[in-house]
Amino acid sequence: MHLVYPVVIAALLFAVGVYGVLARRNAILVLMSVELMLNAVNLNLVVFDMRWADRLHGGQILTLFVIVLAAAEVGIGLALILLIYRNRQTVDVDRLRTLAEGDPDPEAGSMTDDEGVRR
Amino acid sequence: MTAADLVIVLLGVVAVGAGVLVVATRQLVHAALWLVVSFGALAGSYLVLTAEFVAWVQVLIYVGAVVVLLLFGIMLTRAPIGRSEDLDSGNRIVALVVAVATAGVLVTTLVRGFRSAYVPIKDRVGSGSSHTLGGSLFQTWVLPFEALSVLLLAALIGAIVLSRTDIGGAGPEPEEEEPEPRRRPAAPRGTVARRLGTARRRATPDDEDTIVLSRVDEEI
Repeated sequence: MHLVYPVVIAALLFAVGVYGVLARRNAILVLMSVELMLNAVNLNLVVFDMRWADRLHGGQILTLFVIVLAAAEVGIGLALILLIYRNRQTVDVDRLRTLAEGDPDPEAGSMTDDEGVRR
Repeated sequence: MTAADLVIVLLGVVAVGAGVLVVATRQLVHAALWLVVSFGALAGSYLVLTAEFVAWVQVLIYVGAVVVLLLFGIMLTRAPIGRSEDLDSGNRIVALVVAVATAGVLVTTLVRGFRSAYVPIKDRVGSGSSHTLGGSLFQTWVLPFEALSVLLLAALIGAIVLSRTDIGGAGPEPEEEEPEPRRRPAAPRGTVARRLGTARRRATPDDEDTIVLSRVDEEI
Protein backbone atom coordinates (compact mmCIF):
# COMPACT_ATOMS: atom_id res chain seq x y z
CA MET A 1 0.00 0.00 0.00
CA HIS A 2 1.27 3.44 -0.88
CA LEU A 3 1.85 5.56 2.19
CA VAL A 4 1.14 8.84 0.49
CA TYR A 5 -2.66 8.46 0.44
CA PRO A 6 -3.37 8.11 4.19
CA VAL A 7 -0.69 10.67 5.01
CA VAL A 8 -2.26 13.25 2.68
CA ILE A 9 -5.70 12.46 4.11
CA ALA A 10 -4.35 13.14 7.60
CA ALA A 11 -2.85 16.47 6.47
CA LEU A 12 -6.14 17.57 4.90
CA LEU A 13 -8.08 16.58 8.03
CA PHE A 14 -5.65 18.57 10.15
CA ALA A 15 -6.12 21.64 7.94
CA VAL A 16 -9.90 21.31 8.21
CA GLY A 17 -9.52 21.22 12.00
CA VAL A 18 -7.33 24.34 11.91
CA TYR A 19 -9.99 26.17 9.91
CA GLY A 20 -12.69 25.10 12.36
CA VAL A 21 -10.73 26.25 15.42
CA LEU A 22 -10.06 29.65 13.87
CA ALA A 23 -13.40 30.32 12.19
CA ARG A 24 -16.05 28.98 14.55
CA ARG A 25 -17.60 31.09 17.29
CA ASN A 26 -19.39 28.50 19.40
CA ALA A 27 -16.99 26.98 21.94
CA ILE A 28 -18.43 23.49 21.45
CA LEU A 29 -17.73 23.68 17.71
CA VAL A 30 -14.16 24.71 18.53
CA LEU A 31 -13.87 21.57 20.68
CA MET A 32 -15.17 19.46 17.78
CA SER A 33 -12.50 20.94 15.49
CA VAL A 34 -9.82 20.12 18.05
CA GLU A 35 -11.08 16.54 17.96
CA LEU A 36 -10.68 16.53 14.17
CA MET A 37 -7.05 17.64 14.52
CA LEU A 38 -6.36 14.96 17.14
CA ASN A 39 -7.82 12.35 14.82
CA ALA A 40 -5.55 13.48 12.00
CA VAL A 41 -2.58 12.93 14.31
CA ASN A 42 -3.96 9.49 15.23
CA LEU A 43 -4.16 8.51 11.58
CA ASN A 44 -0.53 9.53 11.11
CA LEU A 45 0.54 7.48 14.13
CA VAL A 46 -1.25 4.38 12.86
CA VAL A 47 0.20 4.77 9.37
CA PHE A 48 3.77 5.04 10.59
CA ASP A 49 3.30 2.22 13.07
CA MET A 50 2.33 0.09 10.08
CA ARG A 51 5.35 1.30 8.15
CA TRP A 52 8.01 0.58 10.77
CA ALA A 53 6.27 -2.34 12.51
CA ASP A 54 8.62 -2.30 15.49
CA ARG A 55 8.24 -4.81 18.25
CA LEU A 56 7.11 -2.26 20.85
CA HIS A 57 4.17 -1.02 18.72
CA GLY A 58 4.81 2.54 19.83
CA GLY A 59 2.55 4.07 17.20
CA GLN A 60 -0.62 2.20 18.03
CA ILE A 61 -0.02 2.42 21.78
CA LEU A 62 0.48 6.16 21.45
CA THR A 63 -2.75 6.31 19.44
CA LEU A 64 -4.58 4.70 22.34
CA PHE A 65 -2.97 7.19 24.73
CA VAL A 66 -4.01 10.12 22.52
CA ILE A 67 -7.58 8.80 22.43
CA VAL A 68 -7.65 8.65 26.24
CA LEU A 69 -6.16 12.15 26.46
CA ALA A 70 -8.78 13.43 24.02
CA ALA A 71 -11.53 11.95 26.18
CA ALA A 72 -10.09 13.67 29.27
CA GLU A 73 -9.74 16.93 27.32
CA VAL A 74 -13.33 16.83 26.15
CA GLY A 75 -14.57 16.15 29.69
CA ILE A 76 -12.65 19.04 31.23
CA GLY A 77 -13.39 21.33 28.28
CA LEU A 78 -17.12 20.73 28.43
CA ALA A 79 -17.12 21.30 32.21
CA LEU A 80 -15.35 24.63 31.65
CA ILE A 81 -17.76 25.60 28.86
CA LEU A 82 -20.75 24.80 31.08
CA LEU A 83 -19.24 26.90 33.88
CA ILE A 84 -18.73 29.82 31.47
CA TYR A 85 -22.29 29.40 30.25
CA ARG A 86 -23.61 29.44 33.80
CA ASN A 87 -21.73 32.64 34.65
CA ARG A 88 -22.03 34.54 31.36
CA GLN A 89 -25.09 33.06 29.60
CA THR A 90 -23.05 32.70 26.39
CA VAL A 91 -20.43 30.35 24.93
CA ASP A 92 -19.55 32.70 22.06
CA VAL A 93 -15.75 32.88 22.03
CA ASP A 94 -15.84 36.26 20.26
CA ARG A 95 -17.69 37.83 23.17
CA LEU A 96 -15.60 36.37 25.99
CA ARG A 97 -13.04 39.16 25.90
CA THR A 98 -12.41 39.79 29.58
CA LEU A 99 -8.71 39.06 29.17
CA ALA A 100 -8.30 41.32 26.10
CA GLU A 101 -6.03 44.32 26.58
CA GLY A 102 -7.33 47.82 25.88
CA ASP A 103 -10.55 46.60 24.36
CA PRO A 104 -13.12 49.36 23.73
CA ASP A 105 -15.96 46.85 23.58
CA PRO A 106 -18.62 48.08 26.07
CA GLU A 107 -19.76 44.57 26.84
CA ALA A 108 -16.26 43.56 27.80
CA GLY A 109 -16.14 46.61 30.08
CA SER A 110 -19.29 45.54 31.90
CA MET A 111 -17.84 42.05 32.27
CA THR A 112 -14.73 43.39 33.97
CA ASP A 113 -17.01 45.45 36.20
CA ASP A 114 -18.81 42.33 37.29
CA GLU A 115 -15.48 40.71 37.98
CA GLY A 116 -14.47 43.66 40.15
CA VAL A 117 -17.69 43.55 42.13
CA ARG A 118 -17.30 39.87 42.71
CA ARG A 119 -13.87 40.35 44.15
CA MET B 1 -3.18 1.38 -7.16
CA THR B 2 -4.10 -1.68 -5.18
CA ALA B 3 -7.48 -2.46 -3.62
CA ALA B 4 -6.32 -1.29 -0.19
CA ASP B 5 -5.27 2.02 -1.71
CA LEU B 6 -8.66 2.42 -3.33
CA VAL B 7 -10.53 1.65 -0.10
CA ILE B 8 -8.45 4.03 1.94
CA VAL B 9 -8.84 6.82 -0.58
CA LEU B 10 -12.62 6.37 -0.54
CA LEU B 11 -12.71 6.30 3.27
CA GLY B 12 -10.46 9.35 3.34
CA VAL B 13 -12.78 11.25 1.00
CA VAL B 14 -15.67 10.43 3.33
CA ALA B 15 -13.67 11.47 6.42
CA VAL B 16 -12.42 14.75 4.97
CA GLY B 17 -15.80 15.58 3.42
CA ALA B 18 -17.60 14.98 6.71
CA GLY B 19 -14.92 17.05 8.46
CA VAL B 20 -15.53 19.94 6.07
CA LEU B 21 -19.25 19.68 6.79
CA VAL B 22 -18.49 19.73 10.55
CA VAL B 23 -16.74 23.07 10.23
CA ALA B 24 -19.10 24.48 7.59
CA THR B 25 -22.62 23.45 8.59
CA ARG B 26 -25.06 26.00 9.96
CA GLN B 27 -26.72 23.65 12.43
CA LEU B 28 -24.96 22.72 15.64
CA VAL B 29 -26.47 19.27 16.07
CA HIS B 30 -25.67 18.38 12.47
CA ALA B 31 -22.03 19.24 13.14
CA ALA B 32 -21.95 16.62 15.91
CA LEU B 33 -23.61 14.05 13.66
CA TRP B 34 -21.17 14.71 10.79
CA LEU B 35 -18.42 14.22 13.35
CA VAL B 36 -19.77 10.68 13.84
CA VAL B 37 -19.46 10.04 10.08
CA SER B 38 -15.90 11.38 10.03
CA PHE B 39 -14.82 9.27 13.01
CA GLY B 40 -16.50 6.20 11.56
CA ALA B 41 -14.64 6.58 8.28
CA LEU B 42 -11.39 7.00 10.21
CA ALA B 43 -12.13 3.79 12.13
CA GLY B 44 -12.58 2.09 8.77
CA SER B 45 -9.20 3.34 7.60
CA TYR B 46 -7.60 2.04 10.82
CA LEU B 47 -9.04 -1.36 9.92
CA VAL B 48 -7.48 -1.14 6.46
CA LEU B 49 -4.17 -0.11 8.06
CA THR B 50 -4.20 -3.37 10.12
CA ALA B 51 -4.89 -1.60 13.43
CA GLU B 52 -7.99 -3.51 14.45
CA PHE B 53 -7.89 -2.85 18.17
CA VAL B 54 -7.39 0.88 17.69
CA ALA B 55 -10.28 0.91 15.22
CA TRP B 56 -12.70 -0.57 17.75
CA VAL B 57 -11.41 1.68 20.51
CA GLN B 58 -12.05 4.59 18.15
CA VAL B 59 -15.62 3.43 17.60
CA LEU B 60 -16.22 2.91 21.33
CA ILE B 61 -14.59 6.07 22.69
CA TYR B 62 -15.09 8.63 19.95
CA VAL B 63 -18.34 7.62 18.31
CA GLY B 64 -19.80 6.23 21.52
CA ALA B 65 -18.62 8.57 24.23
CA VAL B 66 -17.09 11.80 22.96
CA VAL B 67 -19.85 12.66 20.51
CA VAL B 68 -22.51 11.90 23.08
CA LEU B 69 -20.67 14.16 25.52
CA LEU B 70 -20.56 16.92 22.89
CA LEU B 71 -24.29 16.50 22.25
CA PHE B 72 -24.89 16.84 25.99
CA GLY B 73 -22.82 20.02 25.94
CA ILE B 74 -24.91 21.39 23.07
CA MET B 75 -28.06 20.57 25.01
CA LEU B 76 -26.90 22.03 28.33
CA THR B 77 -25.76 25.34 26.83
CA ARG B 78 -29.26 25.72 25.31
CA ALA B 79 -27.85 26.10 21.83
CA PRO B 80 -30.31 26.80 19.03
CA ILE B 81 -31.50 23.56 17.47
CA GLY B 82 -32.39 24.89 14.01
CA ARG B 83 -30.32 26.96 11.59
CA SER B 84 -28.31 29.74 13.15
CA GLU B 85 -26.40 32.25 11.07
CA ASP B 86 -23.88 33.42 13.66
CA LEU B 87 -21.82 30.26 14.06
CA ASP B 88 -18.89 31.71 12.11
CA SER B 89 -16.78 34.51 13.46
CA GLY B 90 -15.65 37.60 11.60
CA ASN B 91 -12.16 36.32 10.82
CA ARG B 92 -13.43 33.58 8.55
CA ILE B 93 -11.37 34.70 5.55
CA VAL B 94 -8.17 34.77 7.60
CA ALA B 95 -8.98 31.31 8.95
CA LEU B 96 -9.50 30.05 5.41
CA VAL B 97 -6.16 31.49 4.30
CA VAL B 98 -4.35 29.93 7.26
CA ALA B 99 -6.00 26.54 6.72
CA VAL B 100 -5.21 26.52 2.99
CA ALA B 101 -1.62 27.49 3.72
CA THR B 102 -1.33 24.69 6.31
CA ALA B 103 -2.78 22.18 3.90
CA GLY B 104 -0.49 23.38 1.10
CA VAL B 105 2.68 23.15 3.15
CA LEU B 106 1.81 19.77 4.67
CA VAL B 107 0.61 18.15 1.46
CA THR B 108 3.60 19.41 -0.54
CA THR B 109 6.09 18.19 2.04
CA LEU B 110 4.43 14.81 2.51
CA VAL B 111 3.98 14.13 -1.20
CA ARG B 112 7.60 15.01 -1.89
CA GLY B 113 8.77 12.90 1.04
CA PHE B 114 6.61 9.79 0.66
CA ARG B 115 5.86 9.68 -3.06
CA SER B 116 7.46 6.28 -3.53
CA ALA B 117 7.06 4.84 -0.01
CA TYR B 118 5.41 1.45 -0.23
CA VAL B 119 4.50 -1.04 2.49
CA PRO B 120 3.45 -4.60 1.64
CA ILE B 121 0.28 -4.77 3.68
CA LYS B 122 0.10 -8.56 3.75
CA ASP B 123 3.20 -8.76 5.98
CA ARG B 124 1.52 -6.59 8.58
CA VAL B 125 -1.70 -8.54 9.08
CA GLY B 126 -2.28 -9.23 12.76
CA SER B 127 0.19 -6.63 14.00
CA GLY B 128 -2.64 -4.60 15.49
CA SER B 129 -4.66 -7.36 17.11
CA SER B 130 -5.69 -7.06 20.73
CA HIS B 131 -3.37 -9.96 21.62
CA THR B 132 -0.25 -8.24 20.30
CA LEU B 133 -1.26 -4.81 21.52
CA GLY B 134 -2.30 -6.03 24.96
CA GLY B 135 1.00 -7.81 25.46
CA SER B 136 2.91 -4.73 24.43
CA LEU B 137 0.75 -2.43 26.54
CA PHE B 138 1.08 -4.40 29.76
CA GLN B 139 4.75 -5.30 29.39
CA THR B 140 6.64 -2.42 27.85
CA TRP B 141 4.24 0.45 28.29
CA VAL B 142 2.73 -0.38 31.67
CA LEU B 143 4.20 2.63 33.47
CA PRO B 144 2.83 5.23 31.01
CA PHE B 145 -0.45 3.33 31.13
CA GLU B 146 -0.65 3.73 34.91
CA ALA B 147 0.30 7.40 34.71
CA LEU B 148 -2.44 7.89 32.13
CA SER B 149 -4.98 6.21 34.37
CA VAL B 150 -4.08 8.62 37.17
CA LEU B 151 -4.46 11.52 34.72
CA LEU B 152 -7.87 10.26 33.66
CA LEU B 153 -8.95 10.04 37.30
CA ALA B 154 -7.73 13.59 37.93
CA ALA B 155 -9.59 14.84 34.86
CA LEU B 156 -12.75 13.08 36.04
CA ILE B 157 -12.56 14.61 39.51
CA GLY B 158 -11.80 18.01 37.98
CA ALA B 159 -14.81 17.82 35.69
CA ILE B 160 -17.07 16.86 38.60
CA VAL B 161 -15.74 19.67 40.81
CA LEU B 162 -16.13 22.20 37.99
CA SER B 163 -19.66 21.24 37.06
CA ARG B 164 -21.21 20.72 40.47
CA THR B 165 -22.65 23.81 42.11
CA ASP B 166 -22.70 22.75 45.74
CA ILE B 167 -18.96 22.12 46.13
CA GLY B 168 -16.00 24.30 45.33
CA GLY B 169 -16.02 28.05 44.90
CA ALA B 170 -18.06 28.08 41.74
CA GLY B 171 -21.48 27.50 43.21
CA PRO B 172 -22.93 30.55 44.92
CA GLU B 173 -21.60 33.14 42.46
CA PRO B 174 -24.55 33.25 40.03
CA GLU B 175 -27.01 33.64 42.91
CA GLU B 176 -25.02 36.49 44.42
CA GLU B 177 -24.75 38.26 41.09
CA GLU B 178 -28.48 38.87 40.89
CA PRO B 179 -29.23 40.99 43.99
CA GLU B 180 -25.96 42.94 43.85
CA PRO B 181 -26.88 45.52 41.14
CA ARG B 182 -30.34 45.97 42.61
CA ARG B 183 -28.95 46.91 45.98
CA ARG B 184 -26.41 49.35 44.61
CA PRO B 185 -28.66 52.25 43.39
CA ALA B 186 -30.34 52.79 46.78
CA ALA B 187 -27.16 53.83 48.52
CA PRO B 188 -28.32 55.22 51.94
CA ARG B 189 -30.60 52.32 52.75
CA GLY B 190 -27.95 49.93 51.68
CA THR B 191 -25.38 51.41 54.03
CA VAL B 192 -27.79 51.27 56.94
CA ALA B 193 -28.66 47.72 56.19
CA ARG B 194 -25.01 46.82 55.94
CA ARG B 195 -24.29 48.56 59.25
CA LEU B 196 -27.20 46.73 60.82
CA GLY B 197 -25.79 43.53 59.51
CA THR B 198 -22.37 44.17 61.02
CA ALA B 199 -23.96 45.23 64.28
CA ARG B 200 -26.04 42.12 64.42
CA ARG B 201 -23.03 39.99 63.76
CA ARG B 202 -21.10 41.22 66.81
CA ALA B 203 -24.04 41.72 69.14
CA THR B 204 -22.25 42.02 72.45
CA PRO B 205 -23.88 44.11 75.22
CA ASP B 206 -21.34 46.88 74.59
CA ASP B 207 -22.61 47.36 71.08
CA GLU B 208 -26.25 47.97 72.05
CA ASP B 209 -25.95 51.70 71.45
CA THR B 210 -24.59 51.11 67.94
CA ILE B 211 -27.65 49.11 67.05
CA VAL B 212 -29.95 51.77 68.50
CA LEU B 213 -28.08 54.49 66.63
CA SER B 214 -28.37 52.71 63.37
CA ARG B 215 -32.08 52.14 63.92
CA VAL B 216 -32.52 55.85 64.53
CA ASP B 217 -30.57 56.48 61.35
CA GLU B 218 -32.92 54.24 59.44
CA GLU B 219 -35.99 56.03 60.73
CA ILE B 220 -34.61 59.39 59.66
